[in-house]
Amino acid sequence: MAILEVRDLEVCYGVIQAIKGISFTVNQGEIIALIGANGAGKTTTLQTITGLIPAKAGRIIYNGTDITKTPGYKLVSMGIAHVPEGRRVFAEMTVLQNLRMGAYTRKDKAEVDETLKSIYQRFPRLEERKNQPAGTLSGGEQQMLAMGRALMSRPKLMLMDEPSMGLSPIYVNEIFDIIKEIHKSGTTVLLVEQNAKKALSIADKAYVLETGRIVLSGDAREMMDNEQVKKAYLSE
Amino acid sequence: MSFLSYFISGVSLGAVYAIIALGYTMVYGIARMLNFAHGDVIMVGSFVIFTVVSTFGMNPFIGIAAGVLACTLLGVTVERIAYRPLREATSLAVLITAIGVSYFLQNVALLIFGSNAHQFTSVVSLPNLVLAGGNLTVSSTAIVTIISCIIIMIALTAFINKTKMGQAMLAVSEDRGAASLMGIDVNKTIAVTFAIGSALAAIAGALLCSAYPSLTPYTGSMPGIKAFTAAVFGGIGSIPGALIGGIVLGVIENLSKAYISSQLSDAIVFAVLIIVLLVRPTGILGRKINEKV
Repeated sequence: MAILEVRDLEVCYGVIQAIKGISFTVNQGEIIALIGANGAGKTTTLQTITGLIPAKAGRIIYNGTDITKTPGYKLVSMGIAHVPEGRRVFAEMTVLQNLRMGAYTRKDKAEVDETLKSIYQRFPRLEERKNQPAGTLSGGEQQMLAMGRALMSRPKLMLMDEPSMGLSPIYVNEIFDIIKEIHKSGTTVLLVEQNAKKALSIADKAYVLETGRIVLSGDAREMMDNEQVKKAYLSE
Repeated sequence: MSFLSYFISGVSLGAVYAIIALGYTMVYGIARMLNFAHGDVIMVGSFVIFTVVSTFGMNPFIGIAAGVLACTLLGVTVERIAYRPLREATSLAVLITAIGVSYFLQNVALLIFGSNAHQFTSVVSLPNLVLAGGNLTVSSTAIVTIISCIIIMIALTAFINKTKMGQAMLAVSEDRGAASLMGIDVNKTIAVTFAIGSALAAIAGALLCSAYPSLTPYTGSMPGIKAFTAAVFGGIGSIPGALIGGIVLGVIENLSKAYISSQLSDAIVFAVLIIVLLVRPTGILGRKINEKV
């Protein structure tokens, strides 16, 4: 069953068209990877889904509801969480305050505390540093915080934008393990990555974006063997 | 003793600046705009209080409540009509709009109340405090002003740190986009910020006009600019900065009036601002500006 459907989406920055009519589907329980080079439109796609940028044309359907024009802040309570590019944690707020912000739309106080506990279990380092301003964390820890913050809303669909960007290889592996865990616990994942090798290794299906168009789509494992993909995105 | 007396009235004047500066600093911190009409909201609040208390002869507390209510509505309405449509516009467009709103409010007041000064009846009717065997008199208005300022600072700090809306304000002030990804309605948060700032402006108006009772449509503009200066001085966007900036400014202004020249006092105040900004461009408690690439 499709949890998210993007149909003929077009997005413009002024006169420049960043997304030129893309369509893709995310099914319940999948990990979908959007890969492509810098400037291909991956981040723009995610930001349009969560309402940070308005769509010029096309439709975005989430669980059967058209959310193309829904203000972004309303999507959180509908079950969409977005871990943005560059993490964008609230640097001057503490780790705990950041996590609490993630639960902003939830009213069930006791259950929020339960979720917080489970996030501390998944990311023990966040608990150790809970009273520290988020700006003092390392890049990898900030990425964990951004993910934990998104999980605080108990999302059905999680959009992740370049979670491995700027991280050391050890952290990259750790982050991808966590994505697998999040997926295993029942959250559907739409993953945007420049690290195509890593992304394809955990994804079910993948779409390759090039200058605002989807040029290739298919099973993630098959794509790893695709000569074209190997040449353009998998060469180290 | 006269120094102490000048100093205390300086602190009291500074407390009024600090309350006004909160409006500037919160709106700047959260909406990233300079609301140059904020000073005129003080004037509107003062006229509302003046009308309720002096014209209709009602209790000053009812007057203040009416002023707070009127300014809150005014602040939210101005934000909705004049500023929200410019959310994505350049800051210059917003700034010019704010100046336009300022002239608009002044001229509406001019139409209704005329340009003659109205005698504002003090909202404080307590006896003055006489200390040191009659050598030092502290006006009750000054005491009430300083206490009000302290209460407002404590309440506001608690609101920001302890409530969900306060935390949402912090989040919006740091990163509007990320805040919206948390499910925070950024427009509503900004509207609440305007409501709080404007309500405080009404209180500042009541205290200011109780100390300086001549009320005209231009009453708000000079204190508005001074409070803006105080906000920048303390570090715009910072609430404790507004307090420190306001008090320092009020004390400098009063002491230079007393010991140097009453004509030059404003010049001295702004000269100090220029010097502080040359040494510390972000103000005393300002955030460091980290432009991340």
